Amino acid sequence: MRFDSLLQSVGHTPLIGLPRLSPSSDVRLWAKLEDRNPTGSVKDRAALNMILQAEAQGLLRPGCTLLEPTSGNTGISLAMVAKQRGYNLICVMPENTSVERTQLLTMWGATIITSPAAGGSNEAVRVAKGLAAQNPDWVMLYQYGNEANAQAHYDSTGPELLSDLPEITHFVAGLGTTGTLMGVGRYFRDHKPDVQIVAAEPRYGEVVYGLRNIDEGFIPELYDASLLTSRFSVGPLEALKRTRQLLEIEGIFAGISTGAILHAALGIAKKADEAGQVADIAFIVCDGGWKYLSTGAYEGTIEEAETKIEGQLWA
Amino acid sequence: MAIEVRVPTILRVYTGGQKSVNAEGDTLQAVITNLEVNYPGIGGRLLDDSGLRRFVNVYLNDEDVRFLDGLNTSVGEQDAITILPAVAGG
Repeated sequence: MRFDSLLQSVGHTPLIGLPRLSPSSDVRLWAKLEDRNPTGSVKDRAALNMILQAEAQGLLRPGCTLLEPTSGNTGISLAMVAKQRGYNLICVMPENTSVERTQLLTMWGATIITSPAAGGSNEAVRVAKGLAAQNPDWVMLYQYGNEANAQAHYDSTGPELLSDLPEITHFVAGLGTTGTLMGVGRYFRDHKPDVQIVAAEPRYGEVVYGLRNIDEGFIPELYDASLLTSRFSVGPLEALKRTRQLLEIEGIFAGISTGAILHAALGIAKKADEAGQVADIAFIVCDGGWKYLSTGAYEGTIEEAETKIEGQLWA
Repeated sequence: MAIEVRVPTILRVYTGGQKSVNAEGDTLQAVITNLEVNYPGIGGRLLDDSGLRRFVNVYLNDEDVRFLDGLNTSVGEQDAITILPAVAGG
C-alpha cells in the first residue's frame, strides 16, 4: 500500500482472525491490529483528527503550543503529528506510567510535566486544566471532550470493521477517553444497529482511585452510555493472563490493556457458544507490548507480574 | 445469605478500614440498605435522590450494574459486588 506521507497512512489496519482462541467455527474472534499505526497505537487516529479539525477551525498557527493530559499513548500520537505539522507539545502525564512512554514522548519532541500518581489520570486532567487557564495562548485539544476524537472512529475504524467483517455481531474496546467506543458505537447505530458494543474498563491498583472525595470522580464529556450494550471491569491478573495467551496461542504481542479487552471478548464468546449462537466478535488491539517490557508484565509468573504492575497505569 | 462487597479506599472510613465486607439482600438496593444498617453513612455516599451517584460505579461480578437492572439488579450468594469511583483513562 502506498501513501504520500506518514500521516496519510494512519488507520487501514488489518483485522486478524483468531482460530485457536475462538470457541468454535460459529463463534469467531477477530483482532483489529491498531499497533500497526505510525506510533504503534490506536491513538494515532484520534490525535490526527483532533489536530486536523483544530486546523480547519483556525485554532492552530505554525509554532503554537499544544497541551494535553495523557497517560501516554495519546501524547505519543500527538507528538508525532505535532512534529509533522510544526507545533510544540506539552504533555501532562501521571508519574506512574512506564518509562518507555517518557522515552518515546521525548524522542518525538514533546515536553513532559508529571502529575502525582495518586488519582491517576484524574490528576493529569486537573493539572492540565490549571495550566490551560494560566496560559491562554496554549491550545488544549482535550481528548476526553473533543468530538474529533470519537469522529475519527466514526469515519475510519467503524467503516473499516464493517467492510472487513460484514457479519460482525459484537465490538469490544477499552474504555478510557471513550472515543473509540463512542465513535464506532455511533457508526454501527447508524449502519448496523444490532451490533453489540461492549466496553472493557481497566481496574487499576488502589492508588489510582486515591481521590479525596467521591465527588472528584471523572466521566469523559464524550461518554454516552446509551451507545453501549454492556461494560465490564477487568483487573490486572485477568488482563495479564489474556495478554500472555494472545501471544502464546495466536502469536500477537500486545500491550496489557488489550488483555483486558480480550478478557471481555472471550467472556462474550463463551456465552454465545453456550447459547448456540453465531457470533463474530471484533476487538481492538490498542498497542503492541513493546512499551511495557520494562514493567515486567511478560516475565515470571502472572502473580509476579501483577505485583510489578500494581499501582501502574497499565492501560 | 452473605454477599461480598469490595469497598474502595475512599469509603473505608465507614467500614472501619475493611476492604471487603459482607452484606445481605436479594437486589443491589437491598444490599445497599443492609450496608447502611451496619456501616451508617455509606449509603449516602453511594446514592442520591436519583439513584446511584454520578461518580460511583458498581459492578456485579465485574459487570457494570447500570447495564444490568441498576439498583433492581438481582444478586445471589455466589455474587461479588465491587464499588469504585469513576476515574479517567486515556
